[in-house]
Amino acid sequence: MPIGTPFHRRTSELCTSLFFTDWAGYHTVSSYDTCHEREYYALRNAAGLIDVSPLFKYEVYGKDAASFLSRVMVRDISKLEIGRCTYLCWCDDDGKVLDDGTVSRLDDTYFRVTAAEPTFSWLMRQSRRFDVTIEDSSDRFGALSLQGPKSREILKGVSDADVDKLRYFGLTKAKVDGVELVISRTGFTGDLGYEVWVEREQALQVYDAIMAGGRDYRIQPVGLDAMDVTRIEAGYIMNGVDYYSATTCLIESRKSTPFEIGLGWTVDLDRNPFIGQDALKAEKANGSAWATVGLVYDWPAFERLFDEFGLPPQLPGGARRTPVPVYDRKGKQVGQSTSGAWSPILKDNLALATVKSAYAEPGTVLQIEVTVEYERRQVPAIITKTPFFNPPRKRA
Amino acid sequence: MTRVMKFDTKPDHSRYDAVVVGGGHNGLTCAAYLAKAGKSVLVLEKRPVVGGSAVSEEVFPGFTFTVCSYVVSLFRPHIVRDLELPRHGLEIIPLEASFSPLPDGDSLCRWGDAHRTRREIARFSAKDAEVYPEFSLAMSQLARFTKSIIDNPAPNPASLNPGELVQALRASQGLREANADQRFTYLKLLTMSAADFLDEWFESDVLKAPMSVSGIIGTFLGVRSPGTAYVLLHHYMGEIDGAMRAWGFARGGTGGISNAIARSAQSYGAEIITEAAVSNVIIKNGKAVGVALENGDEIQAGTVISGLDPRRTYLGLIGEEHLESDVTAQLGHYKFRGSSGKVNLAVDRLPDFASRPGDGPHLYGDVAIAPSIQYLEKAYDQAKYGNFSERPYINMVIPTLVDPTMAPPGKHVISCFVQYAPYDIKEGAPNWPQRREAFGDAVVDTLEEYVPTIKDTILHRQVLTPWDLEQEFGLTEGNIFHGELSLEQLLYLRPAAGWAKYKTPIRNLWMCAAGTHPGGGIMGASGEMAAKAILRKYAA
Repeated sequence: MPIGTPFHRRTSELCTSLFFTDWAGYHTVSSYDTCHEREYYALRNAAGLIDVSPLFKYEVYGKDAASFLSRVMVRDISKLEIGRCTYLCWCDDDGKVLDDGTVSRLDDTYFRVTAAEPTFSWLMRQSRRFDVTIEDSSDRFGALSLQGPKSREILKGVSDADVDKLRYFGLTKAKVDGVELVISRTGFTGDLGYEVWVEREQALQVYDAIMAGGRDYRIQPVGLDAMDVTRIEAGYIMNGVDYYSATTCLIESRKSTPFEIGLGWTVDLDRNPFIGQDALKAEKANGSAWATVGLVYDWPAFERLFDEFGLPPQLPGGARRTPVPVYDRKGKQVGQSTSGAWSPILKDNLALATVKSAYAEPGTVLQIEVTVEYERRQVPAIITKTPFFNPPRKRA
Repeated sequence: MTRVMKFDTKPDHSRYDAVVVGGGHNGLTCAAYLAKAGKSVLVLEKRPVVGGSAVSEEVFPGFTFTVCSYVVSLFRPHIVRDLELPRHGLEIIPLEASFSPLPDGDSLCRWGDAHRTRREIARFSAKDAEVYPEFSLAMSQLARFTKSIIDNPAPNPASLNPGELVQALRASQGLREANADQRFTYLKLLTMSAADFLDEWFESDVLKAPMSVSGIIGTFLGVRSPGTAYVLLHHYMGEIDGAMRAWGFARGGTGGISNAIARSAQSYGAEIITEAAVSNVIIKNGKAVGVALENGDEIQAGTVISGLDPRRTYLGLIGEEHLESDVTAQLGHYKFRGSSGKVNLAVDRLPDFASRPGDGPHLYGDVAIAPSIQYLEKAYDQAKYGNFSERPYINMVIPTLVDPTMAPPGKHVISCFVQYAPYDIKEGAPNWPQRREAFGDAVVDTLEEYVPTIKDTILHRQVLTPWDLEQEFGLTEGNIFHGELSLEQLLYLRPAAGWAKYKTPIRNLWMCAAGTHPGGGIMGASGEMAAKAILRKYAA
């Protein structure tokens, strides 16, 4: 049975729908009301506060912390400046992805890693020849994601940080209502946003301060359903949805490499050895089998398909996490769409898909399966560069 | 997102393929389609901002009002797609609820959540609570049949031309698929009053009153006037986000829609200039060859398109001397008789309804002050004899709930559509300015019966009477739809028999706004279909 996060007392009180889901063993709100729409629009037009405490967190301290993380991660962490955070993934020896997450450099010898899955033992196993201490701080910290165009103004009001100076993927120590914490200019919505990392004992105090400071900016508590739509608009993949950690795969074909899941850009290949380097170098030279792409449904065709049945086009209420097959124009299956969502802001039906790399060129028209009245049909979908939604304020 | 768009006031050229008179949302839509097809297009707008009645303006410092129109329902999704409007900043946010406070301290709120709505209605009638989804289903089925009528030019019923017959078939295609029951319901909708039609389904006045008002908006009719039932359908025709959804806010007010269309038009090369009032169309040998501006400038055009209403187009831009007498006569009978006004409030906090205190989701929709059918009829009675209603129907929305940038932090703007406010008040329409504040007071006094603290919260107030809508926004007699949406003024009869299909008696002069099929509301359909008709003419 899941347990509560450090913010559970507040989120459970606000969640009048009782729509909770299990995220990594924690009760997490799916949507506070019976529909996530108000929360979605708050993320895009005002601000939303998401409890992201179930993320796994690890503190890595010690003289060798930078070289250790450079060894484990696909990115060269020794180059990460103090006060910066970076998004990346890490692999096994075969170059198969174990997880994706972030590494923040809090100090010369002090880093924080976030992960979607438990990663402590993997880090420990790799740390033997390094002078580092690794602490699983997952339960020590609560994490809040404050996202949306008004998030900056809210944070300026409630914290002592120089929020205007905090650049995209920057982080800073700050105080909110007297509580010491860390603010990073990060998030999973593809919008202007911040994440706040706070010791669990002070979690509620900080939650209350942000909600109170956000009231005038129409802040809303936001659950995972709304965040899921925004992350698809932003083109962000999810472990366990769009790819699977190599440690969880029964069969080899389920595993993926960073290049195959669209994270090739996080890989620094030519440097000191890191885990999976040889395999990734070979893949870089020989080409990848798969690619992760964005797809946009051909909406007029989608409408026509439903019209054949006398129906208006029907869309799932929120983001889809059920995979559907993707075909080429001749009907041969060339991959699968692992998640998708109607984007209310782009007025497009979006999908993320894994396809054979020969079919991954933007502009390629594939066919995606759509079920109407129990019939499995197909409509064209065009490969589109992600992020689908990429407002200037995201990096501002 | 920049809300204020800057425009030039001088055109770059002296001749264009097409000159659009009036930068309302339909004029802009028409211009965007023509420019996208490669035509050189100039839009001339009299006011300093585009949008016509779909306009957002910072009326008081820090407070942006959705000045005239305030919600959107039938904006055509294919136009959104064709003109790439999301990329140009269009965002439509569905209304969550319909809230109807009552003077006795009770209230009814209809939600997106079906069971919650059922429980709400059941407090007034257990029967109605269960009939409500059946009614929605019946209306949704009919709405689907009606869609082809909106999305195609109105065919000429008197013509045997094969093209016309094909169009008539296409337009009626939906209805031919309807079963007998559905056809009967449709006939009733066309002929009955909104209240009578609803009486056949429901017993609770509390439910029927806010539902019936959709039939009277923008018309000088009461909820018991025959022909008002039809508009009920429109509530089930809205398409937001691909799904059949009722109503939405445009982010930044309805000016957000116009600005997105303007940006799209500009991206295709259309030129838009403001503070450029047109005095008349230049007509040579029965053919439009350009426009003359009030400042004396002349601009030549291959095609002139009027985004003005029928009276302003025919009797203003064209002039009676260029028209045959039967056309002038038809236009003389065309009914405007505006019946509504608008009150926009800047407030320092959210309205606290006595019947449902606090800042809750009931505010995230429209609020209807329509407590009973009798209340609405009484409101109409006063209007019939040349007074504004002392206790009017008010439809309120609070756009700052979803777009906090429209007011300073913590403050809000409230948009109130108010009916009845007859254009022809007994003092005479030009005397409306003397009655303006009394009208505003009546609205605020009415609101106070539901929101006892409302007066303490008001920082600024903007009152627009039908006279103001005419003088400032060019809506003849203050009619928000460029003429009533009554059956005798719809389809092939809009604006006049023989002059539908966006044509006018003057060659190369077209119409593209709400005075043509399918009529008023922020739909874009007239602008789009006019552009397509013009492009077909070019191709022929």
